[in-house]
Amino acid sequence: MCLGVPGRVIEVREFTATVDFWGVRKEVRLDIVDEPVAPGDYILNHVGFAIRRIPPEAVDETMALYETLLAEAEDDDLMSADVRGEIEGTA
Amino acid sequence: MNDTPLQFRDPAQARELAATLARLVARLDRPAAVMHVCGSHEQAIAKFGLRSLFPKALDVIMGPGCPVCVTDVPEIDEGVLLAQQGVRLVTYGDMLKVPGTVRSLADAKADGATVDIIYSPRQAIEIARSTTEEVVFFASGFETTAVATAAVILDNPPPNFSVLSAHKYIPPVMEIVAEMPGSRIEGFLAAGHAASITGSAVFEPFVERHGVPVVIAGFEPMDILAALVELVELILAGTPRVVNMFPRCVSYEGNVPAQEQLWRVFRPIGGRWRGIAHVPNGNLRLRDEFAHVDARRRFTIDLPSLWDFAPPGLARQCICGDIMAGIRNPRDCRLFNRECVPENPIGACMVSSEGTCKIWHLYGDLTGLDVEATA
Repeated sequence: MCLGVPGRVIEVREFTATVDFWGVRKEVRLDIVDEPVAPGDYILNHVGFAIRRIPPEAVDETMALYETLLAEAEDDDLMSADVRGEIEGTA
Repeated sequence: MNDTPLQFRDPAQARELAATLARLVARLDRPAAVMHVCGSHEQAIAKFGLRSLFPKALDVIMGPGCPVCVTDVPEIDEGVLLAQQGVRLVTYGDMLKVPGTVRSLADAKADGATVDIIYSPRQAIEIARSTTEEVVFFASGFETTAVATAAVILDNPPPNFSVLSAHKYIPPVMEIVAEMPGSRIEGFLAAGHAASITGSAVFEPFVERHGVPVVIAGFEPMDILAALVELVELILAGTPRVVNMFPRCVSYEGNVPAQEQLWRVFRPIGGRWRGIAHVPNGNLRLRDEFAHVDARRRFTIDLPSLWDFAPPGLARQCICGDIMAGIRNPRDCRLFNRECVPENPIGACMVSSEGTCKIWHLYGDLTGLDVEATA
């Protein structure tokens, strides 16, 4: 539940960003993110809120981890189900 | 601190780390137990069969790291009663099957109460805006999730919206576990994403008080192995401190804007965690300033009316509390995988995707290994 999911910021409005999660575009709130966010940045989304701007040098590693997690997952896999739930949690 | 990027499921590297871990534990020359407090850590440990790589003398225990599992029985009862009283209750999916004293939210829903599953507090707000009914968001989760609840409370929610907070705060329960009589825990792995909110600094007073090291770890199997190596090194050296091995996600001071909103809305109070103990400052409740959004103050919730007819059930045999305190594991429970299964959970640990019993039910405790143990 606290896992969170990373995505790439496409557009930023005042307190909301459009974020791309593997081709799925969702709205994410920016109320509680730790750093200012701009298009092209990556954020960690948890229950529809960006909780962290992922430092640029950590983006590749973070995305690779989640891609492996999702690619290898079977339908009943608990971790990937949590990750998918996080994508659902965005509007 | 080890900042080297670790590759995902690299068998050679896993073997190397496991061998290092085995060497270090052998130098300890006694059995040792360490605890992690994160459902996602247990998922990774079970999914990748990491326990088969751990030296036999090192016990890696899952503590109270599942927010749904530690939601106390009376808290579930409050949600059940509110739903039965006719409010529209919205909550995270894992909460539905968690047993209350007499019934779960799923039982109440089956009897006609309105209980909706949401993935985000924003959906709770959207539902409230779409209706004139009273909408109560039954909010569970640790600080990582509580910050999102705080954000919607601060964002001018509609007048028919309120929050029943079952939010919990992790740092105080580590104190409780460390102070339990006969505690064997010599070190903690802290969860990366929860720590991204609080920062690594929050663990320093704990380390000072208890002389027990804390290593902040990521969720990837190699992250966990590397963090255990670091933890055992600290135990061996007798130099307890906080080591952040997840710097790509966790800073020293944490997410300051999120902390500000969290503490503006919530205050920590003592309360029971299911099966564990009374945890001073372990529960997050709404401050007086937000009484108008607090379901506990907005509605009369007559808990004893629910308890009058409570029959003794199998739940009395449930050992979730001991499991979360690290004293026993699911295989010690006579209900595990017999009467208690995910489709019909007796205890909360079999409900949540982060519960030890559900994780062990799905993955087994040692299965799935494709790397030979070298210890």
